[in-house]
Amino acid sequence: MNIYEYQGKELFGRYGIPVPDQRVVEDAEGARAAAQEFGKPVVVKAQVPAGGRGKAGGVKVARDPEDAVRRAEEIFGLTIKGYPVRRVLITPAAEIKKEYYLGITVDRAGKAFVLILSAAGGVDIEELAEERPEEIHTLSIYPQQELERSRLDKVLRQVFESESRVVQAREVAETLYRMFLEKDCSLVEVNPYAVVDEDRLVALDSKVSFDDNAVFRHEDVAEMRNPEEWSDDERDAKDAGLAFVSMEGDIGCIVNGAGLAMATMDIIKLYGGNPANFLDVGGSSSPDKVVNALRIIQRNPRVDSILVNIFGGITRCDDIANGILMALEQIDLKVPMVVRLIGTNEEEGRRLLTDAGFEVAEELSVAVNKVVDFSGSGRAGAGQQASTGPRVS
Amino acid sequence: MSILIDQNTQVVVQGITGRDGAFHAQQMKADGTKVVAGVTPKKGGQEVDGIPVHNSVREARAKSRIDAAVIFVPERFASSAIQEAADNDIPLIVCITEGIPVNDMVRNYHYVRERGVRLIGPNCPGLITPGACKIGIMPARIHSPGTVGVISRSGTLTYEVVHNLTRAGLGQSTCIGVGGDPIIGSDFVDMLALFEEDPGTSAVVLIGEIGGEDEERAAEYIREHVTKPVVAFVSGRTAPPGKRMGHAGAIISGGKGTSEAKVKAFGDAEVPVADKPDEIPDLLRERLGT
Repeated sequence: MNIYEYQGKELFGRYGIPVPDQRVVEDAEGARAAAQEFGKPVVVKAQVPAGGRGKAGGVKVARDPEDAVRRAEEIFGLTIKGYPVRRVLITPAAEIKKEYYLGITVDRAGKAFVLILSAAGGVDIEELAEERPEEIHTLSIYPQQELERSRLDKVLRQVFESESRVVQAREVAETLYRMFLEKDCSLVEVNPYAVVDEDRLVALDSKVSFDDNAVFRHEDVAEMRNPEEWSDDERDAKDAGLAFVSMEGDIGCIVNGAGLAMATMDIIKLYGGNPANFLDVGGSSSPDKVVNALRIIQRNPRVDSILVNIFGGITRCDDIANGILMALEQIDLKVPMVVRLIGTNEEEGRRLLTDAGFEVAEELSVAVNKVVDFSGSGRAGAGQQASTGPRVS
Repeated sequence: MSILIDQNTQVVVQGITGRDGAFHAQQMKADGTKVVAGVTPKKGGQEVDGIPVHNSVREARAKSRIDAAVIFVPERFASSAIQEAADNDIPLIVCITEGIPVNDMVRNYHYVRERGVRLIGPNCPGLITPGACKIGIMPARIHSPGTVGVISRSGTLTYEVVHNLTRAGLGQSTCIGVGGDPIIGSDFVDMLALFEEDPGTSAVVLIGEIGGEDEERAAEYIREHVTKPVVAFVSGRTAPPGKRMGHAGAIISGGKGTSEAKVKAFGDAEVPVADKPDEIPDLLRERLGT
């Protein structure tokens, strides 16, 4: 779960991490009021849950309230990486003397938390990692030990030039780590962590992500969730307990298990089709999940065929079959659907669907071939030919 | 003839009175696994399909030898279930549960390692030595005894691959789902080391997916330490970019995590990568020279 820059800075502020004054506005007139209040040049920043705002024209400096209105109007008109700008952050412009990077995340390979620091802040950290990896300093923190000050200071002194900056950064690093653990973050980034005024270090930007698995134990985190983080389909899918990602194609997919769901999309593509979505109905599935999955997929106007691919383990095939039959009582199925059902309780599952007059495939490649033939993307790719095997270019 | 589990392995099921725990305890037993006990707090004294239920792992261990624990406990209680099994020196802990907070798993990982026991999972289908022992949720009937080892980050995709192996007459020594979470108890490299040492395993199928760098590390390990043939599959080639969480994580992995990077890493290690699961049997046969 990701939050906006301004929410991250509010969270920083509650933890006592120095952040600039800020106002969040939802229209250009609000930008005027905020700029008047600050009484000096301001920075106008689009609030979208995506990086690369600066390059997209979503961050601008305004010299006075009139200018702030114009800049805000420009920014409110933008759509950045698919997200229309609905909120804009106004913050007093500051003279930046130096920019650092400060971040904490989970090191998957090292099975530890890791503090990441760089004296080359303000740039894309992934690009920096590729181009100048020597400028990135890391400190692994294992859960059975404290964040020891001697180890922390050692890495801070490699990055920060003066003792005054080391002292300020130490406080912030320790606080951020505490926040990371207390709020079950998966990523906390301060970029830039900048020197303003005389020698004061301030979090000029924030990026905070929370572990979705842990949101249940943090009411305050759940309250920060932004509905626009997901498309309507993605949100409804989440509410129904389905993992869902919208894709560009026309073949609706209902699969159990993330790995098989990805592989199913890959094979559809390999056979010349184009998947409309990734959808994992999850572990112990109930018929309701299938009802919801079909409902969400069917309302996508691009979908012209559906593939259900279930290999039962913890998911029982009879549950899936019942779900499909229940869904069809509630939903008018407008497009051809191919069902592939195999695994735990498969005989019962297949019997239920066969009795209801369904064609049920046992092999994946047979099922994919069939659904690709039904789909517009598959027919376009195949010309007039009937498909007999994978079409790989 | 297998790794980690065989026909003598005695198993306790943690969370045996839940819907999934009860269903799969029965399935495991029906598939020939020695399920000697179940655990659910405050439900001691009951029975599930003739399996005695205890209040704690300690109580269960007092009654019979336990070689492995399998966890079906809901995500909020799964970390304490893992720790309870580790505290009772159960040498093999298999956690099926999905949805454990990642930061808790960082702690659990070190907790079990410090106690010298092995964790498989979480968010995994478990493991099976066909015809001898099944600890998990996979449908046993798609497997057949043989000499191919299978390691996977996925559940159902593993079944797909195993189904294809069995149909092609390639039986399996042991099949392991290591789990789909960012932090898992045992990874590809841990399992490759065991398969390399196992005289009952002649070749290994490795099923990876996008994210992290476990496949890259596995490829490197294979190049240096594995003499047996390995065939790989990587899912997620069509997954849209930018949907992955944890953008700072890419710093540590140095831009690794895409399917392209993983396929390339396997290529560099001379490990063939199948485009579809049903190509795996032929690739294995080529490598085995059979």
